[in-house]
Amino acid sequence: MRRLLAVPYFIWMLVFVITPLLLMAGYSFLDFSGNITLNNYAEFFSGNYIKMTVSSFWYAFLITIFTLLVSYPLALAVRMTSNKTMWLLIIILPTWINLLLKTYAFIGIFGRNGVVNGIAGWLNIGGFQLLFSDAAFIIVSVYIFMPFMLLPVFNAIDDIDNNLLNAARDLGASRTEVLFKVIMPLSVEGVKTGVQVVFIPSLSLFMITRLITGNKVITLGTAIEQQFLTNENWGMGSTIGVFLILMMLIVMIFTGGSSKKRVNKI
Amino acid sequence: MKTFISLIAVSLTAGIILLVTANLLEQSDNNDGNTLYVYNWGEYIDPGLLEKFYEETGIRVVYETFDSNEAMMVKVNQGGTPYDVIFPSEYTVEKMIKDQLIIPLDYSRLPNAKNIDNDISSRMPEEITAYSVPYFFGTVGILYNEEIVPELKFSTWNTLWDESLENEILMVDGAREVLGMSLNSMGESLNTTDDEKLQTAADKLIQLSPNIRGIVGDEIASMMTENEAQVAVVWSGMAQDIMRENDEMNYTVPKEGSNLWFDAMVIPKNSENTDGAYQFINFLLDSEIAAVNTEWVGYATPNTAALELMDEEVRKDTRFYPEDEQLESLEMYRDLGPEMISRYNELFLQFKMSLD
Repeated sequence: MRRLLAVPYFIWMLVFVITPLLLMAGYSFLDFSGNITLNNYAEFFSGNYIKMTVSSFWYAFLITIFTLLVSYPLALAVRMTSNKTMWLLIIILPTWINLLLKTYAFIGIFGRNGVVNGIAGWLNIGGFQLLFSDAAFIIVSVYIFMPFMLLPVFNAIDDIDNNLLNAARDLGASRTEVLFKVIMPLSVEGVKTGVQVVFIPSLSLFMITRLITGNKVITLGTAIEQQFLTNENWGMGSTIGVFLILMMLIVMIFTGGSSKKRVNKI
Repeated sequence: MKTFISLIAVSLTAGIILLVTANLLEQSDNNDGNTLYVYNWGEYIDPGLLEKFYEETGIRVVYETFDSNEAMMVKVNQGGTPYDVIFPSEYTVEKMIKDQLIIPLDYSRLPNAKNIDNDISSRMPEEITAYSVPYFFGTVGILYNEEIVPELKFSTWNTLWDESLENEILMVDGAREVLGMSLNSMGESLNTTDDEKLQTAADKLIQLSPNIRGIVGDEIASMMTENEAQVAVVWSGMAQDIMRENDEMNYTVPKEGSNLWFDAMVIPKNSENTDGAYQFINFLLDSEIAAVNTEWVGYATPNTAALELMDEEVRKDTRFYPEDEQLESLEMYRDLGPEMISRYNELFLQFKMSLD
């Protein structure tokens, strides 16, 4: 009976996870006319796409670092408040709003005659060229991904027993020492999960790159969209997709291995 | 476990019953011949006219919209809904003919087609006019802020390379439009398939990159309305929309030539109400109806009879109704085949990557 219950889940995995992956891998060996070829892979390594991969990685790295820098102190602060649930809710609230809608709002905020420049003009500190800049891209991405980093980090920090912190203080550790030698090592698993949840989707961001940076930042996501929708070259699109998955696997391997350790401890 | 199974059983039965009834309802609609499935761009018809069409013919129009030819093609290819009238752009019409998705039109059932401007429809290849009737038309050109950059008149595409425009140009996100613009600036055809010429055009584009503020989609309309940039390369229809909101903007088509585009009406092969489709197309071609529609949509109409009913101010606006001499310099996009389109997109991607 137990096994029977797993059947729907198994079918689901087969239809929606395994088959699409195999299809994608298969398509990546096809050219326009459906002949089997390795050209797509040759093209991937021929320059443009390598550059794009490097830039995707670089921006995903920046986004992850800044998201972590914002989220970690915030998670610490939320832990110390008396009404954690309320604060968490307030921080998570923006994820209920559609992603595109939020991005469009930023166009209005960062524009030449937008809110930021309006305030800057009022304070007499001149106009900023924010829209279509790298900085704007990072700010918007950090804003969008922040809740996804915050939750796992907060959960890890919140799990730390207060007695541990008190004991550390009693035994003579300063506040900074408690932070660096007790809280941080104990929350590393949460940070790893957060990094995965942020880094992987930011590798393939595409809508924001067009709306906020006007295609000045090009990621693999943009290339996939173009291959499928404009060129209708499913082969090349799939090839890029295959590489994206490989890269995600690498990221998982580097940040993973955590769940096993936990099980062992229990 | 029993409850689990019965739950599944109940939901399955309910689903099947709903599916069957929905199918029955749909069929009965179609059998009456009084429902017409129309698939058009967003904000691209005066909704009052659908009401009027119902009053005149008793045919109820089910109206759905798309936002790109590509998205439309995907949906039509899947064949879910049998649409009766679709409004693709001319290069998509060509593709739909090749893919055998649409039927040749019987012009004897479209008496109002005589209202269409011969000068313009003669510029369309015959195979396209055999399958479609033009709905609105336009060009690709330069929208610029008259108050800020009046000394640049943009009579040539090469003005875009002017140093004073650093970080001031927005462009539409289309490989054909942007590379075509560069080809035009060199006096070449925007349907060039010569690889050397294409490469030169792409190199020339890369020199333009310091002037590019961004390459964006439909957002360009709201951005230009808010004066986000001084200059933009856009379609004339979009330019008209922006100019209605922002008085400082003006539009021009440079002398070297540009693209002439059409959105056209076609009847797909799997249409279940061909009769209604002909009636609907003929209705929209009627001079008075087309005049009302043009007023509402604001794009340039190829319907000469309708144009005569419009204000002189609109009629004589050569920015949107180009004169013969200029028409000569305009070219339609031809379907260049997937390999060539890929080449265009690859070069366009290189251009995008040169921006920073």
